[in-house]
Amino acid sequence: MAQIKVEALDKSFGSFHAVKAASFTVEDGQFLCLLGPSGCGKTTTLRMIAGLELPTSGTIRLDGEDVTMNRASARDIAFVFQLFALYPHMNVRRNIGFPLKCEGISAAERDRRVVEAARILRISHLLDRSVSGLAGGDRQRVALGRAIVRKPKCFLMDEPLGALDTEMREAMIHELRALHDRLGATTVYVTHDQLEAMAMADRIAVMNNGVVEQVASPRDIYDRPASLFVADFIGSPPMNFLPFRSGLQTGAEAIRLGERDVTIPAAREAMAESELVLGVRPEHVRFTDRGMVRGEVYGTEYLGTTQIVTVTTHYGALKARSPSSRSFRTGETVGLDFRPDTLSIFDKASGRAIRTALYEGGAHG
Amino acid sequence: MTSATTAHSVVEPSATTRRFAGSLVVLYAIITMIPLVWIMLTAFKSPDDAISYPPKVMFKPSLEGFCNLFTTRSRQTPEFIRSLGPPQGLCDSIARSRNMVVAGPSNYVPRFVNSLIIAFGSTVLAVALGTLSAYGFSRFRVPLKDDLLFFILSTRMMPPIAVAIPIYLMYRTIGLSDTRLGMILLYTSVNVSLAVWLLKGFIDEIPREYEEAAMIDGYTRFQAFVKVVLPQATTGIAATAIFCLIFAWNEYAFAVLLTSGNAQTAPPFIPIIIGEGGQDWPAVAAGTTLFLVPIVVFTVLLRKHLLRGITFGAVRK
Repeated sequence: MAQIKVEALDKSFGSFHAVKAASFTVEDGQFLCLLGPSGCGKTTTLRMIAGLELPTSGTIRLDGEDVTMNRASARDIAFVFQLFALYPHMNVRRNIGFPLKCEGISAAERDRRVVEAARILRISHLLDRSVSGLAGGDRQRVALGRAIVRKPKCFLMDEPLGALDTEMREAMIHELRALHDRLGATTVYVTHDQLEAMAMADRIAVMNNGVVEQVASPRDIYDRPASLFVADFIGSPPMNFLPFRSGLQTGAEAIRLGERDVTIPAAREAMAESELVLGVRPEHVRFTDRGMVRGEVYGTEYLGTTQIVTVTTHYGALKARSPSSRSFRTGETVGLDFRPDTLSIFDKASGRAIRTALYEGGAHG
Repeated sequence: MTSATTAHSVVEPSATTRRFAGSLVVLYAIITMIPLVWIMLTAFKSPDDAISYPPKVMFKPSLEGFCNLFTTRSRQTPEFIRSLGPPQGLCDSIARSRNMVVAGPSNYVPRFVNSLIIAFGSTVLAVALGTLSAYGFSRFRVPLKDDLLFFILSTRMMPPIAVAIPIYLMYRTIGLSDTRLGMILLYTSVNVSLAVWLLKGFIDEIPREYEEAAMIDGYTRFQAFVKVVLPQATTGIAATAIFCLIFAWNEYAFAVLLTSGNAQTAPPFIPIIIGEGGQDWPAVAAGTTLFLVPIVVFTVLLRKHLLRGITFGAVRK
């Protein structure tokens, strides 16, 4: 097992800059999710860690050893592909044993380890089946079997659940996490699905346009987003953004939003007068007649225990999460209030979050 | 659901259409088969039956054609023939009935062996080179890739015989005329462009993840190619091999021009089998019939792949 350290990794394909100065560390035994929309460079980053692509610049260290330019076969890692990449001309047993064959391990030892891997993944009964007849979840288990049988330094997974149906995906999320807890293997997992990332990861690295926007625990990613993109990408529905123009003093505990003062976590840096954005999670919006923002109810989405209420305001459409016991009429005028200790403020030009007391609670990444 | 349970299916052809299409195919097959059947019939005719007019469909079968194909004979006086002992074998007795004796084996077998060596040799070489370069073109960023591929294809745009004279002169100078090696190299160079293009299509369809998985598991790229890519490309390789073999097996023009003795293949040899009073048609027909056997066997063995090979690329996954 190993620590993976990625430093200032850059990758260009011709004129396309796929990954820009990506840096993060995955500690020994940690489960890191690379999360981002498609085309953000997360898969390219993973493939560079695997050795399937060579970086344009930057370094990759496995347990301190610089492996940036090593061949994939010399890195001692396992990779699980989205489409499983099971060899169709081999049965399950030979597929799982394939990596061991290369190491010159004796047939008896190989078989022992294949059987052991199959037992862990509960596919012992499938060992002599052809891979082409397997269901999606079983194919995924075989692909995992091929990864764990070798006891590699770390696991890299490229959207391994992307090809499964929703129900199977739910089950596999728990299985994967349980497998990780059992093996304690350093894992880097690429996904575009925030629910997968939230459910499985110790830490999440959010990527956008080739840039790592934030690396933090799922809780910090959600509660203390480092940028407008992260705040917008994570959460469903995403964070509400209220644009305003103001300067900010260090230590300020309120901002001027329209006619009213809004209490915020104390600012830890000063900003000259500029375009700023106030970020509010839908669940931190409260309905009160004395609210600082007024608007008209546009519609509601019923979600069972809660409902999402869309309110048209001076700042655009805001979404609020409210207990479903309360009823709203379309067109009704309501007042909205925000929970002060949870608000984020962003610099609109750079998208960066302004440092406030909010960010002192969590571990920084 | 079958067409019986639905009143009218939009996608399934009706029974009448299917019968009509079926009979067209059968008719076409019959028309195509007639020359072949005629050749096989002629192979078992006597020389007189072979050239009789009107042509005989019913006749007394004879193995004279095959005997004449495999032997050379010389005419003798009846007295001399009577002085010989009893005939040795069937061919000898047929020859004696025509006042001839068997003088020795003909050149058919060595020519046939030449054909086998040259056709299979060039097929193996063309497919091997084609697979490697198709893999390279499919997987690597080759500079000027499109131009190179077009250049490779363009070698097939003119009839190969257009370069026959330069090749003849060149082969004479470097001593490749009338050698098996020369013919193997020649057919390989004609076939390799076809092989590269066909196989590139097949290899493009094999996801890269398979090799990447193997390389991460500790194999070198070449090992991954052999253990993972080749087994999945067998269909394409088989189809390509059949196309290459058919070309090399049937090639006539270069064989006439560049071979005369040592390396002569069967196609230029068969039509010039001379009997008494001109062409020995039953022998020619017998030679042609036997000449068809290897290609039929090879095609039947690989027929599953061939169908897939002809329609490749038509359906995406």
